[in-house]
Amino acid sequence: VIPAPFDYDVAESVDHAIELLAGEPEAKLLAGGHSLVPALKLRIARPVKLVDLGRLADLSYVRVAGAQLAIGALTRHSDVAGDPLLQEHCPIVSTTAAGIGDPQVRHRGTIGGSLAHGDPASDLPAVMLALGAELVASGTGGERTIAAADFFTGVFVTALRHDEVLTEVRVPKLGGSTGWKYRKFHRRAQDWATVGVAALVQRDNGSVAGASIGLTNMAGVPLRAPAAEAALAAGASTAEAAALLAEGTSPADDQAASAEFRRHLVRVLGRRALDDALGR
Amino acid sequence: MTAVEQPGYVGAPVKRREDLALLTGRTTFVDNLTRQGTLALAVVRSPYAHARIAGVDTAAARAASGVVAVFSGADLAADWKSSLPCAWPVTEEMKSPPHYPLATDEARYVGDGVAVVVAETRALARDAAELVDVAYEPLDVTVDVEASLEDGAPLVHADLGTNECYVWKLASDGFDEGFAGADVVVTRRYVQPRLIPNAIEPRAVLAEAGPAGELTVWSATQVPHLLRFGLGLVLGIPEAKIRVIAPDVGGGFGSKLDVYAEEALAAALAVRLQRPVKWTEERSENYVATIHGRDFVTEYTLGATRDGKVVAVKADVKAAMGAYLQLVTPGVPLLGAWIYAGPYDVPHYSVTFTGVFTNTTPTDAYRGAGRPEATYVIERTMDALAAELGLDRLELRRQNFISEFPKTIASGLTIDSGDYHASLDKLLETLDLPALQAEQRARRERGDVTQLGVGFSTYNEMCGLAPSRILGAIRYAAGGWDAATIRFQPLGSVQVITGTSPHGQGHETAWSQIAADQLGVAIDDVEVLHGDTAVSQLGLDTYGSRSLPVGGIALWHAGEKVIEKARAIVAHQLEVSPDDLLFERGTFSVQGSPDRSMTIQAAALEAWTAHNLPDGMEPGLEETATYDPPNFSWPGGAHAAVVEVDTETGDARLVRYVAIDDVGTVVNPLIVDGQVHGGITQGIATALYEEGTYDGQGNLQQATMTTYLVPSAAELPSYELERTESRSPTNPLGVKGVGETGTIASAPAVINAIVDALSHLGVTDIGMPATPERVWRAIQEAKQ
Repeated sequence: VIPAPFDYDVAESVDHAIELLAGEPEAKLLAGGHSLVPALKLRIARPVKLVDLGRLADLSYVRVAGAQLAIGALTRHSDVAGDPLLQEHCPIVSTTAAGIGDPQVRHRGTIGGSLAHGDPASDLPAVMLALGAELVASGTGGERTIAAADFFTGVFVTALRHDEVLTEVRVPKLGGSTGWKYRKFHRRAQDWATVGVAALVQRDNGSVAGASIGLTNMAGVPLRAPAAEAALAAGASTAEAAALLAEGTSPADDQAASAEFRRHLVRVLGRRALDDALGR
Repeated sequence: MTAVEQPGYVGAPVKRREDLALLTGRTTFVDNLTRQGTLALAVVRSPYAHARIAGVDTAAARAASGVVAVFSGADLAADWKSSLPCAWPVTEEMKSPPHYPLATDEARYVGDGVAVVVAETRALARDAAELVDVAYEPLDVTVDVEASLEDGAPLVHADLGTNECYVWKLASDGFDEGFAGADVVVTRRYVQPRLIPNAIEPRAVLAEAGPAGELTVWSATQVPHLLRFGLGLVLGIPEAKIRVIAPDVGGGFGSKLDVYAEEALAAALAVRLQRPVKWTEERSENYVATIHGRDFVTEYTLGATRDGKVVAVKADVKAAMGAYLQLVTPGVPLLGAWIYAGPYDVPHYSVTFTGVFTNTTPTDAYRGAGRPEATYVIERTMDALAAELGLDRLELRRQNFISEFPKTIASGLTIDSGDYHASLDKLLETLDLPALQAEQRARRERGDVTQLGVGFSTYNEMCGLAPSRILGAIRYAAGGWDAATIRFQPLGSVQVITGTSPHGQGHETAWSQIAADQLGVAIDDVEVLHGDTAVSQLGLDTYGSRSLPVGGIALWHAGEKVIEKARAIVAHQLEVSPDDLLFERGTFSVQGSPDRSMTIQAAALEAWTAHNLPDGMEPGLEETATYDPPNFSWPGGAHAAVVEVDTETGDARLVRYVAIDDVGTVVNPLIVDGQVHGGITQGIATALYEEGTYDGQGNLQQATMTTYLVPSAAELPSYELERTESRSPTNPLGVKGVGETGTIASAPAVINAIVDALSHLGVTDIGMPATPERVWRAIQEAKQ
C-alpha cells in the first residue's frame, strides 16, 4: 500500500518532461497511473523519481492526419472508446479501448501509458501490431516514428529510450472492405487477457483477400501470426488458418492458464475473431 | 416521544439504519481513529515458508528516520505470558505447538512475523522494516495436506515428530455392519480449495495503555469479548483492566474471529512504549497474514440399496491446519461433523477428521466453516449415486429426505424443524425445469458449442453456535450463550445492549425491530449498542450464524423481564393485581376496564423517579438476560444453478441461480436477502473462481486481487430468492441463523450444473474451482 520513497516532478511540457527524464536515469513517467501505481504500492517498481505527465492536456486528442488518425498519447481509454473519428474510421481501436479493465481504469488509463508499459497481457499492443500503427516518440535526440512491429521488444520493455516520451499513436483509416474484431479471453470483466486475438480481414466478395492478425499474451511481446495470415491469403478457410495461430508462439505458463491451454485458446478465439471480422 | 404507528416491525423490510453513515463515509473504522501521539507498527515477515532464524540485526532499522523502536521475536519473548490461544483442543492428544506473536527460532510460513518496527508514521515504519536484516537458514517445506502425512515429509514442527495434529472420529453404533448392508457403494475424492476471505476492510488494531495499567484496544474484530479474554491470557493483564472496542468493522467472514499476533503486538508495544500504537494491514499482507479457509481433501462414500435408499455415509477428511493453530483452527472440520448425511435420513454414519500441519498460512473458520465442505461432498455424490443407480437425481433426494421433525439423526444431534420437500417443491415452481431440459436437449441435438446444465443442492446445516453443554462435550473452551440488556431511559427511549458484535450484518436494525415490537415502542426510540466490552460486559460475539438465534433470543428474554418489572410497577400504581393487566402495543391496561392504563414508557419514568414503587423494588427499568440455546438452529433449503458452458474454451457462466431457503421466522427480509446474496456469491466464487495455491517453496501463488479471483457483479446473474418458513420450536421467535446458508448450499449446485451440461460428452466430475482450463481438460479426458 505504501510505495518506497521517490521524488516527484510535474512536467509542464513534453520538452520539460524530456529534460526531467534526462537528468535522472532511474526516473519513470507517470500518465494515468493504472499500471505504475499498483506496482509502486507493491514496491515492485521502485523509481527514484516520477515525472508526472498528467497536466499535458494538449496530448489528449484524436484527429485526422491524411490517411491516418493521430491519437495523442495522453488520450484516456474512455475518450478513445467514445471518439467519433475512431468509431467511424478505425473502430477496432475504440471498441478495444471500451473493453480495457473496468470503468475506473478506462477513465484514468491512457493509450500512451498502456502501450509504453509493454505488458504482454495488454489489449492495445496486439491491435496496434495488426493495424501497422506508428508510434511517435520525442527525446533529447529529437522526434522519431517507430513502427508498432519494432516498438515492443520484451516483457515490460519497449523501443523507447530512457529520455523519450511517447507523444502520439497513428493508426490507418480502415476502408469499408476491412473487417475487424478483437476478441479476448478473460475470467472477470476487469481482468487482463489470458489470450487475445486482433483480426483485420480484407474482404473481397465474401472471401478473404488478405488478413492481418495480432496476438495478445502469446509471448513476452505481442505477435503477428504470419502462418495464418499467409494461409488466408492463399485461400484457406478461417478454421484452417486459425489452426495455425499457435505456430511460432511461446506463451507463458502461469496461474491464469498453462501454455498448452493458451495455444488451444488462441486457435478457438482466432477462428471466432476471423469469422466475426469476415461477417462485418 | 414518537407515537407507535406501525406495530409489526418483525417481518417488515425495514431499511438498514446503519447504511447512512457507511454510505456517506462517516465511519469509525479503526484506521480512521487516531489518539494523540499514535505510533505506527510494521511487521517484518518471513519470505521463507520454513527457515531457521539465525539472527536478527535491527541496527540499520533503528537508525532510520522516525523510528522509535525495533524488536525481534527474542526481544519480546518475555512479554508473552501465554501462547496465542487455540480454544479448541479437539482431542486430548491433539498437538498444539506454541505460537507466539513473533517467531523466535523458526519461521514456518511465508508471512510469519519475525520482527516489528515502530515509527512516527506508517510510511516510515514500512521503510524501516525493509532495513531489518534477518539471517534465514532455509529448511525443507511441506505444503500439500496429503503429502504432509507421508513418511519422510518435512516436518513443520520438528519436535512433534509428525505433521499430524489430531485424528477425530465419530461413528454410529454398528456402522460396519450397517455399511455392509449396502447394495451399491459410490466413493469419490473431493478437494476443497484453499480460500482467502478478503474482507473489504483489512485487519487493523489501535492499542493505548493508560497510566494505571489499563489497556484499551480498538480492533477490526468480530470478537471483542473473546479478544479481551485472549489478550488477558497472552499479556497477563487482568481482563478487568482491558477494554476492547470493535468500532465499524468492514466484513469478516470468520477471518476476524481470532486473537491475532498483531493485536497482541500492538497492545504489548503500547504498554512498553507508553504511547498508542496502530497497525493497519496492507492488502497484500492480508493475503498471507490473515487466516485462510478450507483446504480439505475428502474421500466420501455413500452406501445405498439398489432402489435408492441411502443406508450409510462415510467421510475421511484431511484438513490443513496451516503452520500454527489459531483460535478455532482444529475445530473447523467439527463444525460440519454432524451433517455429512445432509437432509437425508441415513441410519449408519462415520466421519474421521485428520488435522495436518503444513508450511502455510494458518487456516480457521471461513463462512460456513466445515459445513460447505460437508454439503459439497454429499450433494456431488448424490448426483453420482443417482447416475450409478439410473435414478432421477431429485427423486433420489426426495426418497431420502428426513420428513418428520424433530429428528434425531445418526450422527447424534436432533434437527429442530424443517420441510425439505416444501423447499424443493417451491424451487421447481420457480425454476421451470422442463423448459430448461427441453433447451438442453435441443442444444445437444444441434451440437451447439455452448451447452446448458442445471444443478441442484438440497441442504441443511447446523448453526447458531451453540448449546454450551455440547460445546463443552466436544472440548471447545468457551460457552455458546449470549447476553442482552434492555435499559429504558426516563423519557422512554430504549437502549439495547447486545453481546453479539456486528461487522456488516445489520444488527442495529434487526435488534431494533425485535425490541420495538416486543416493548410496543417506536423503532426510532430504540438504540442498539454493541462492540465495546465496557458497554456490553457479557457476550460471546458474532460468528457461526449465532447472533439472531442466540443473541436475539437473549434480547427477547431481557424484554420479557423488563415487561414483568413494568407490569409490577403499573399494577402497584393502578392498585390491581399484575395478573389483571394486559400488555399490548406498549400499554398495560386493566382487563375489563381498558380506560385504566399506563404505557411502559410512563412506567419507565415512574421507575426512575422511584416515588411510588412497590415495597423493596429497585429503581430503574433495566434488565439483563443471558440465553444458552437448547439446540443448534437447523436451516435448510433447495438451490439450483443454471450454467452455460462453452465446450471449446471451457468457460462456464452462471445464467440463473434460484435459491429457496428456510431460515425460520424472517425478522427483516431485506437483511436476509442480503445475507443470502453474499453467501451464495462466496459459494459460487469457490465453485468457479477462487483458489489459493502454493508452489513447492511455499509461496502463495495468488497473493493479490489481480490473481486471486474474487468475482464481481459483472460475472453473476441476479439471483431469484424465495423462502419457505419452518419456525424453530426451540426459541420464542422461531428464528434460525442465515449468515452462512448461501455459502453452504451453492458450490455443489454450480458444479453439478457444469457436470450436467457436459454429461452427454462423458464428463462425470470437475474439480473446484471449475476454471476454463479444468473444464476443457475434463472434456478432453472424456473424449479419450
